[in-house]
Amino acid sequence: MSQPVAPVRHVLIEGNKSYHQISEDLCVPTERAPSREWILAFSVASAFTALYVFAVVWTIWKGIGEWGANRTINWAWDITNFVWWIGIGHAGTLISAILLLFRQRWRTGVNRAAEAMTIFAVVCAGQFPLIHMGRLWLAFFIFPFPNTRGPLWVNFNSPLLWDVFAISTYFSVSLLFWYTGLVPDLATVRDRAAGFRKKMYEIFSFGWTGSAKHWQRWESLSLILAGLSTPLVLSVHTIVSFDFATSVIPGWHTTIFPPYFVAGAIFSGFAMVQTLMVITRKVLKLEEYITINHIDSMNKVIVLTGTIVGVAYLTELFIAWYSGYIYEQFAFYNRVFGVYWWSYFGMMFCNVISPQLFWSRRIRRSIWWTFFLSIVVNIGMWFERFVIIATTLARDYLPSSWSYYTPTWVEISIFTGTIGLFFFLFMIFTRLAPVVAIAEVKAILKVAGDQYIGPKAHKDAHHHAQQVAEKQEEEN
Amino acid sequence: MSAESKKVLYGLYNDEEELKSAVKTARQGHLDIMDVYTPFPVHGLDPILGLSESRLHILGFVYGATGALFGFLFMSWALAKDWPILFGGKPYWPVPSFIPITFEMTVLFAAWGMTITFYTICGMWPGVKAKILDNRISDDKFCIAFDVTEVEQRVVSSFKEFFQRTGAAEVHEKTI
Repeated sequence: MSQPVAPVRHVLIEGNKSYHQISEDLCVPTERAPSREWILAFSVASAFTALYVFAVVWTIWKGIGEWGANRTINWAWDITNFVWWIGIGHAGTLISAILLLFRQRWRTGVNRAAEAMTIFAVVCAGQFPLIHMGRLWLAFFIFPFPNTRGPLWVNFNSPLLWDVFAISTYFSVSLLFWYTGLVPDLATVRDRAAGFRKKMYEIFSFGWTGSAKHWQRWESLSLILAGLSTPLVLSVHTIVSFDFATSVIPGWHTTIFPPYFVAGAIFSGFAMVQTLMVITRKVLKLEEYITINHIDSMNKVIVLTGTIVGVAYLTELFIAWYSGYIYEQFAFYNRVFGVYWWSYFGMMFCNVISPQLFWSRRIRRSIWWTFFLSIVVNIGMWFERFVIIATTLARDYLPSSWSYYTPTWVEISIFTGTIGLFFFLFMIFTRLAPVVAIAEVKAILKVAGDQYIGPKAHKDAHHHAQQVAEKQEEEN
Repeated sequence: MSAESKKVLYGLYNDEEELKSAVKTARQGHLDIMDVYTPFPVHGLDPILGLSESRLHILGFVYGATGALFGFLFMSWALAKDWPILFGGKPYWPVPSFIPITFEMTVLFAAWGMTITFYTICGMWPGVKAKILDNRISDDKFCIAFDVTEVEQRVVSSFKEFFQRTGAAEVHEKTI
């Protein structure tokens, strides 16, 4: 390949960085005293985390009757929130795994934070099915363990059990992937630190030296974990959709659910990454590493997945009509024009119409628009899950048991509390570890740094960058 | 990892291209490099250094296959043999129902197995004290190290001469 580098490759690292400057910029947020904004935001997040703990304890103490969920609408905010959080987690794996396999260099700016987001989102998600069980202290019954009741095994036919395996595998594999990627960067922090901090990071960095053989194995491990995580992330949301799709409830029993859920998960996950990144890059002064080009790329993913989700909504409606099956037709008529019509229109507006604004390059590259639309998409995706769950259950087979659902303060507290918990964990993470993958950014500096490929790149550097890029291309 | 300490002569380079050409020179001159340390994975270094491809992925396959077999056989045994239960008139041995969990077990075993293997063969665990030659290796320096514990002075000076010739920015000796 003798193609010129510049026109196709975006500048991903701005500000004429040297390797040392990169370590400096990315380690400093963990080293300096927390800023006033951080302390303020952390206090708010902690307050919501406390609210979350209180509401969960309340639920366990008093029982599930404290929720608005009832005999007809027995899955309500809890499962809505569960699916919403799991979906948000998916973007992290997508960025770190699938974009690694596709060799997309822009992933290096955001992958670390997005993976952390995955882990914290799964932590939030996992709470809901557990507390929904009511007797939390018996939650271990979901695992097949030798017991004194036979042993009586769990039902391996049940999609809810598949979910147990999918979510726990997803959580632990994401954690391994994230932490293994983090180890070399923790070593960088260690080598800059002194005293107690050095001792702490010596433990965290597992004795990393940067030996060539270790790097080789590390890369091999990362690549294979990426290869494993890619089908894993698709399987997780597929299995979450099986919770609904394998039931016999009209409106749930559809074959479109797996791809539709996966697209929706990526869509909402990227929106949450945008929300977080727009704030993080500002607060931690990382604008030169998480550039407008990164934001632009992620907005393109949002408009793509938003459109896929839109097509799925319309396909569902069409197939319901085309099936000629009155129960299915009623389920969808009810979804659009029934008691929860407002959530359906909220969903359509937020998920299908609003992301179309991202066709405009100006809006894609605007921080304020990105931030605003990312929140809108998050709201829309929450509505989607609410529409699927509550609307469908509210009008079941027997008109005598039709019902309406409104959440109580307990459910509202648990949900807003998990948002607090999510930010609480994320903010601790920004204090302990570099938010951008230092080693990976250094590795792409010569093919994505502005002094090599930017408009102001001097001739030698440009020529050099071409050579490096060509060499890498050959190796790949 | 031997517990005995080693005397190491090492040179630091400022750029990965300089490092690569230095490693090439060392290999041509049959100098016995102890190890090369870099702040990030340097592409194209492994073949020059003569490192064979990592076999970690083969183990990954073995772990994954173990997980798949374990998951599938366990579910088959539990539902079809140990305590057969009829769920909604479905067969006692519902193979399609086992696919999701079999897949998850494959991934779980492969990922954990490979990660544990990785840390074990690299000698890395929480609490391991890293034998670091220079703190700047994890920042912006690229290091070639020679073991000079029981080496004649003549060889040591050939190492030093090599560092000078290949443009090492700094040369130091350290016992680790």
